Amino acid sequence: MDLRSQVPEGALEKKWDRHRFEMKLVNPANKRKFTVIVVGSGLAGAGAAASMGELGYNVKSFCYQDSPRRAHSIAAQGGINAAKNYRNDGDSVYRLFYDTVKGGDFRSREANVYRLAQVSGNIIDQCVAIGVPFAREYGGLLDNRSFGGAQVSRTFYARGQTGQQLLLGAYQALERQVATGKVEMFTRHEMQELIVVDGHARGIVTRDLVTGEVQSHLADAVCLATGGYGNVFYLATYAKGCNATAIWRAYKKGAVFGNPCFTQIHPTCIPVTGDYQSKLTLMSESLRNDGRIWVPKKPGDARPPGDIPEAERDYYLERMYPSFGNLAPRDIASRAAKRVCDEGRGVGPGGRGVYLDFADAIARLGRKTIEEKYGNLFEMYNRITDEDPYTVPMRIYPATHYTMGGLWVDYNLMSNLPGLHVLGEANFSDHGANRLGASALMQGLADGYFIIPYTIGNYLASNKHAPVSADDPAVKAAEKAVADRTAKLLSIQGTQSPTHFHRELGKVMWEYCGMARTEAGLKKALSIIPELRATFWKDIRVVGSGESLNQSLELAGRVADFLELGELMCLDALERRESCGGHFREEFQTPDGEALRDDKDFCHVAAWEYAGEGKKPIRNIEPLNFENVHLSVRSYK
Amino acid sequence: MKVTLKAWRQKDARTPGRFVTYEATDISSEMSFLEMLDVVNEGLIAKGEEPIAFDADCREGICGQCGVVIDGSPHGPRTRTTSCQLHMRSFKDGASLTLEPFRATAFPVVKDLIVDRSAFDRIIASGGFISAAIGGAQDANTVPVPKENSDLAMDAAACIGCGACVAACPNASAMLFTAAKVSQLALLPQGHPERSERVRKMVTQMDIEGFGSCTNHGECEAVCPKGISLGNIARLNREFLRASLSWGRRRPGSGGGGPG
Repeated sequence: MDLRSQVPEGALEKKWDRHRFEMKLVNPANKRKFTVIVVGSGLAGAGAAASMGELGYNVKSFCYQDSPRRAHSIAAQGGINAAKNYRNDGDSVYRLFYDTVKGGDFRSREANVYRLAQVSGNIIDQCVAIGVPFAREYGGLLDNRSFGGAQVSRTFYARGQTGQQLLLGAYQALERQVATGKVEMFTRHEMQELIVVDGHARGIVTRDLVTGEVQSHLADAVCLATGGYGNVFYLATYAKGCNATAIWRAYKKGAVFGNPCFTQIHPTCIPVTGDYQSKLTLMSESLRNDGRIWVPKKPGDARPPGDIPEAERDYYLERMYPSFGNLAPRDIASRAAKRVCDEGRGVGPGGRGVYLDFADAIARLGRKTIEEKYGNLFEMYNRITDEDPYTVPMRIYPATHYTMGGLWVDYNLMSNLPGLHVLGEANFSDHGANRLGASALMQGLADGYFIIPYTIGNYLASNKHAPVSADDPAVKAAEKAVADRTAKLLSIQGTQSPTHFHRELGKVMWEYCGMARTEAGLKKALSIIPELRATFWKDIRVVGSGESLNQSLELAGRVADFLELGELMCLDALERRESCGGHFREEFQTPDGEALRDDKDFCHVAAWEYAGEGKKPIRNIEPLNFENVHLSVRSYK
Repeated sequence: MKVTLKAWRQKDARTPGRFVTYEATDISSEMSFLEMLDVVNEGLIAKGEEPIAFDADCREGICGQCGVVIDGSPHGPRTRTTSCQLHMRSFKDGASLTLEPFRATAFPVVKDLIVDRSAFDRIIASGGFISAAIGGAQDANTVPVPKENSDLAMDAAACIGCGACVAACPNASAMLFTAAKVSQLALLPQGHPERSERVRKMVTQMDIEGFGSCTNHGECEAVCPKGISLGNIARLNREFLRASLSWGRRRPGSGGGGPG
């Protein structure tokens, strides 16, 4: 397959400006003749639906939750990056671009990342204009803090609820368009099939989660902004409902899947406590501005943290990465935590935890300052663990948090399936093999507010289609596929619940496709997962009916897709015979345990193409060229 | 530990509901309240019965989708805590708990413990925004905002839209929810151009949806998982009065006075 990135010619700094000029426009009177579907209502989805509604397109917006305001962007805590240089500390568009390319371990597309950095400032401007209450200083100007992988303070924040405030801003803009009638909102609707007519994405089939009604929605273009697929690990920091169904249906209709094995394990989450646990909770990376991470020097040291003298503590990030210290990037900090725990120096029950200690910061700044900065996070920690982080260090451990992989898109955010656009975490594009902190919010809003509104016009102006009939064979076939699938899930009446299979899959994925991967482990996973999938389709038990609200049925459908996606992730991890960013193959590491890239053979995007049921998917390649940031060993020492 | 649940079961909006009793055994005090319900539901599935439907998504107290009335208290006994962040250690071993949905005329039951809160979306759609189209904003630092105002705006903006305030109110009023948004946007200079129209429209929509009036019980503040203060309702009332007084002047011919 010939994957064309559609990156415009010219100097890096001029590409987006030039492209914006060269793209075709839809005149204002004609915009109302086009309908665009947006699936997902997070930062990318709500942002896209609101901005396209403002432009005058007819937008149909879908989410599985009871309100678009619930989308999981809401849970992002720490902040959003922007190259404003308000701190006068040497930041610039180029530096944000550089940090992001390097942070991604040279596996992202330069032109996309540069554009992201370029529009980052506009995002902050827009958010302030719509009433996002960012943190401010006494003079009334915006405050900043630092995040991992950067040596400047470029992160804007709203206490520990930045994602919430940005999402509510986008949600309010979306509701404003709902009120004008430009956006039609469908809540508690799940996309279960993509409609492709003459090779173009022309609609979706949804299931109404309240009534069970299966319905087709037709349009001139489709945008998927359905988030990441980290729930394949069962335990993750994602919302329980986050799923891969929309992107997986698109993959099976021909959209290629970029770098599925690139997942992010976030270093600072509250450790697992029991088998019943339903999810993991993140403690924001911003805590690493003031918290110091340590473990005892001696393996098996069971003394309470307060009894371990300074000299017997190992502040391992400060020791190993003196220039970035506790703010080393996520992949590096996570692996370091795993390594010290593997050495038997982990703390807490099961020895899978490290301390994140605020004692020094409290002594230096006072409890009140720490409370102002992180109060809600400390409270959240206390709720879950029943421990007081003001007096006892937090215990944290890495957990799945984000997926850099996703559907492949070109510079216009369009997949290889014409008309199918993919935004935010659902696409593969900007973060390479590791995302830097506070960059997910930036990308979601960049895609939704500032990129898709331009590129969708270019697509619509260049592709004029006849309307699709509701009786078109492609529409009928897609509807039937949804109905058949529901009927099949309900008919099996086996012995095990959807949660059982989800948990089993999660264990396999975490063990063999988690923080450290090996050829033998991945091969083992590739033999276990198809067996588990076969058992699922023989032994799943879904109670209730398909004609009403049925949460077991919803989960069963999502788990069925995870059981296929998990296999693709392992296959991708197996064939990427190098380590880069969050993808760490134990066979490929430097003598001091850092990721060892292979730029000769793997400086490319692996874009997997569905080849049919039971057939091995095809691995296509988009080569990555680094013309501005030279390929180098990523060092944070 | 073990607990006895008296849970509200209702097939859909049209069918009358009833309480059904379940025993939850082998419960760890470290479980969250919703994880306890997960365990009960797994048991029901094993027996071939339909699990108890309840809403939840993020399970970290921020999305606002969860909400169960536990022994008459929305989100249960612990202050400033959503149902998903409540842990079983907050209950006594052997306790008997009554579980109900967030009841209100404006929140019809969808199934079991799930209600339809789309009325909140319509209140926001009526005016809970700043009409600044995407693309034309000036530099973010052009208008300084006093830290005090910005902090107060953030306090109000912390509302997660769960609806506990409505469920707790004897009048099923949505004043705290509406006031939080009115306050946030009125406290910021960017929200000033539309402040009069916003408060009038949002209050009108609140009435249309069938929410009751505020009679200063303060139950809403007491159960709010995010500690949204009653002070916001006072601010809404001031904003509403201000809007009513200025309305005739700003919009000649549109008539004075306001709804409710």
